[in-house]
Amino acid sequence: MASAVSALGWGVALILLPLTGAVLAFVLRPLATRVGVGTALATTLATGGLALALVETGSGRYPIGGWEAPLGIALAADGLSLLMLAMTAAVGLAVSLYVPGYFRDKPRASADFWPLWLFLWAGLNGLYLSADLFNLYVTLELIGLAAVALAALAGSADALAGAMRYLLVSLVGSLFYLLGVALLYHAYGSLDIAILAEQVAASPPVWAALGLITAGLLLKTALFPLHFWLPPAHASAAAPVSALLSALVVKGSFYLLLRLWLTLFGAEAGGLGTLLGLLGAGAVLWGSLQALRQTRLKLLIAYSTVAQLGYLFLAFPLATGLAWGAAVYLALAHALAKAAMFLAAGNILMFGGHDRIADLDRVAQRLPLSVAAFALAGVSIMGLPPSGGFVGKWLLLQEAIAQGAWGWAAVLVLGGLLAAAYVFRVIGYAFTQAEVPQEPHAVPATLGWIAFLLALGAVLLGLVAPQPLALLGIGAPLGEIGTAP
Amino acid sequence: MSWSAWAPLAVLASSLVPGLVIFALPESKRRTRTALNLGGALLKLGLILAILWGVSEGQTYGVRLPFLPGLDLALRIGPLSLLFLVLSAGLWLVTTIYAVGYLEGSPHRRRFFGFFSLCVTATVGVAMADNLLTFVIFYELLSLATYPLVVHRGTEVARRAGQIYLAYTILGGALLLLGTVWLYTIAGTLDFTPRGFLERLPESQHPALVGIFVLLIAGLGVKAALVPFHGWLPQAMVAPAPVSALLHAVAVVKAGAFGIVVVVYDVFGVEFAASLGVTTPLAVLASVTIIYGSLRALFQDDLKRRLAFSTVSQVSYIALGVAVAGPIAAIGGVVHLVHQGLMKITLFFCAGNLAETLGIHKVSEMNGVGRRMPWTMAAFTVGALGMIGVPPIAGFVSKWYLGLGALEANQPWVILVLAGSSLLNAAYFLPILHAAWFREPPKSWPEEQRFGSAETGWMLLLPPLVTAALALGVGLFASMPFTPLEWARLIAELEFYPR
Repeated sequence: MASAVSALGWGVALILLPLTGAVLAFVLRPLATRVGVGTALATTLATGGLALALVETGSGRYPIGGWEAPLGIALAADGLSLLMLAMTAAVGLAVSLYVPGYFRDKPRASADFWPLWLFLWAGLNGLYLSADLFNLYVTLELIGLAAVALAALAGSADALAGAMRYLLVSLVGSLFYLLGVALLYHAYGSLDIAILAEQVAASPPVWAALGLITAGLLLKTALFPLHFWLPPAHASAAAPVSALLSALVVKGSFYLLLRLWLTLFGAEAGGLGTLLGLLGAGAVLWGSLQALRQTRLKLLIAYSTVAQLGYLFLAFPLATGLAWGAAVYLALAHALAKAAMFLAAGNILMFGGHDRIADLDRVAQRLPLSVAAFALAGVSIMGLPPSGGFVGKWLLLQEAIAQGAWGWAAVLVLGGLLAAAYVFRVIGYAFTQAEVPQEPHAVPATLGWIAFLLALGAVLLGLVAPQPLALLGIGAPLGEIGTAP
Repeated sequence: MSWSAWAPLAVLASSLVPGLVIFALPESKRRTRTALNLGGALLKLGLILAILWGVSEGQTYGVRLPFLPGLDLALRIGPLSLLFLVLSAGLWLVTTIYAVGYLEGSPHRRRFFGFFSLCVTATVGVAMADNLLTFVIFYELLSLATYPLVVHRGTEVARRAGQIYLAYTILGGALLLLGTVWLYTIAGTLDFTPRGFLERLPESQHPALVGIFVLLIAGLGVKAALVPFHGWLPQAMVAPAPVSALLHAVAVVKAGAFGIVVVVYDVFGVEFAASLGVTTPLAVLASVTIIYGSLRALFQDDLKRRLAFSTVSQVSYIALGVAVAGPIAAIGGVVHLVHQGLMKITLFFCAGNLAETLGIHKVSEMNGVGRRMPWTMAAFTVGALGMIGVPPIAGFVSKWYLGLGALEANQPWVILVLAGSSLLNAAYFLPILHAAWFREPPKSWPEEQRFGSAETGWMLLLPPLVTAALALGVGLFASMPFTPLEWARLIAELEFYPR
């Protein structure tokens, strides 16, 4: 029992720490960076604490203040939430350490950044720990608003336009979700996922709720063809913000959809899973082709996110433990790799003052660490071994072929080829030689190292697969992850 | 873990660690870098020779690390892997010496030698793989590690060649991956087994197995430069000469050919593959490649391009020997893995020497070059005659066993292919030799560099002399113990006559 309380303690800490940090960073503006970095370290440690507690006790539900649902509010944690929390902590810590160097000449932007980012972190942690549909809505809004404000932080006309569109999309998405939740509440009188899971049955209100909630979350996850808002918002934001948006924020709404699908809707969804798979396939192909056409590095990376999110939805028509596990693994690998790519692009942009792909020559020679980070992250994005992307792709491919679903298998292979095409289009230009026309700005070495370490993490994720998959099994949120064909 | 488990990992580490350290070293640390390179190469060769001794004493070496649930990263050193290991480690050592001499004073040597080491790490990984997953991992790693070497010169032409190289190899890798996953879902294992592990599957799976075979061979055929997947190889000639040597003799092309051997022998099993009816089409494809490559080589004036098409042709001897599906042809095919490597690396070293010392890039510029660079051209002559199949050089032994094996397997048409190929080889190599030795040299060479009284730098001259001597030696002493031929015999015995 003692350890169960400590799991609850860690869970509460994971929400309260960044929330407190955000308020402090807002109030003590001159000290925002110190508060922020300190909070990031503490939150990461708390994530580790929760991991240890969960490994010891298994998954659990923790009523806050001792009030069980339906009266009280409960936190819940299992392997799936743990991995998402860990992903958030890993990317969050890296970005938090990156920001002081990146914003070193822009104290205002830095001071604005910290409260927003820590609010965002609190929202994400809350999302992964909530067991209640309305709480989830609150976290979703918190995430959306913080993310929009962060996207606007760059202050350029592009950034503001992108952020405005992002705001509208985010609000519409939340509204759809809320409508769906209201329908469920009206039908069953509860907001607790576990209680609802026992009661939902195929009926018109459930179908309507399923449709509304799925649509809202797809919009927020930017699944093709609802991705239109993502590239401008992600590409025009400041590099560390782009990293957060692409690596973490879209994963939040994906997680929620996955969670609800696993607990509430999976049995009632019918052909909707196939539709999601088709949209995912469309995202993989369309996003990759668009990425190939871009002339700006950050837009290329943003379209790559559209494509990579598509992979996650290929698990829905397959709908087995192995397929879900593969999707989660892909999400983890993508988070690390994409954050590394955006941070590397940020370094390149800072160094040369532009991100035109055809003029990236010489960067490889002047910023070898950042280019190496981009290349290593690219290995995972392409799904080549050894990398987290490869493990996820292998598992998904295995499941697709075992089910005889050759169409999904073809999408996986084709997506990898297209990804190779756009990644190497960039890397190819890094080897050629040309003059640097303008005076480059020095980039602090730590910025290169942070991007590199993230990318290395994405690659190493391919060598330690049994461990994360074992963690994912805590509480069996995905059902049995059988592997033998 | 015991030594037998550590040994394969040490073989990997002996080039991986120097490679990573080289990346971290500043560009200016030339001596440290050379010491690391040569030290790593010597250490690797020493390790592999120690393992060779151990294996001949009946030791086994292998290690398995969990990689995916249900699938391990598995390394094991058997006779076939040893053949490839000795070849790649030995040739890596000479290529390293050559590369140090060749790149003297040129920029980006840190990057070059770093990826060079990664390349060899991937190659020995391919050689030691004990299941198809491990093989695929190292095979893909090899594609990635070679790319920076191909584009090393940093020109627009090099960038294009790199993109073409990648387009081919990534596509090949994707086909290989698809075939591998498909195989896993059907067979439930990917562990290499002598004489294959697929015979036990029900007959209803046989069409799927044929599909898998096609996918795997297509994926491997890209690196092995089987027609129509050979297009990248002549393009990749823009790379520096040591890279060409690496591509053609030590690593890339060899990994593809080795993969074909492994898929036929240790995944399908040659007899089962023959009963599926897939070996004859492979033999035909290999034959077409042999003739086509030779024909194209005839019309190339660029020396390195001529050698590249010659590689397209010669490497397919390996696939042919395997696909003829008889024990004697198998000996010929497997031994050619080594023989082709020795001869072709000699030729590329020599071509590099001509380009570096005299600025000669074309066959038409080679008149009388034998008088200016007699040692280099002597080595070149040994390699070229060996390719044609003149006894007692290594190439003759390969062709002899291939021909004999074809007769034994009752496929006499293969003899025609071999004879035609030998004629064509003679037609594109003999004019070079004639021009080099018997024509008058021009008044001045395109771009001559002086190396004192010697014809060229010793680090450039020594490697081709050593490999030419080896090519001669393994042919002359083919029947002595520990020669490639004896190993090939042992391998064929294990595949065809189980104890």
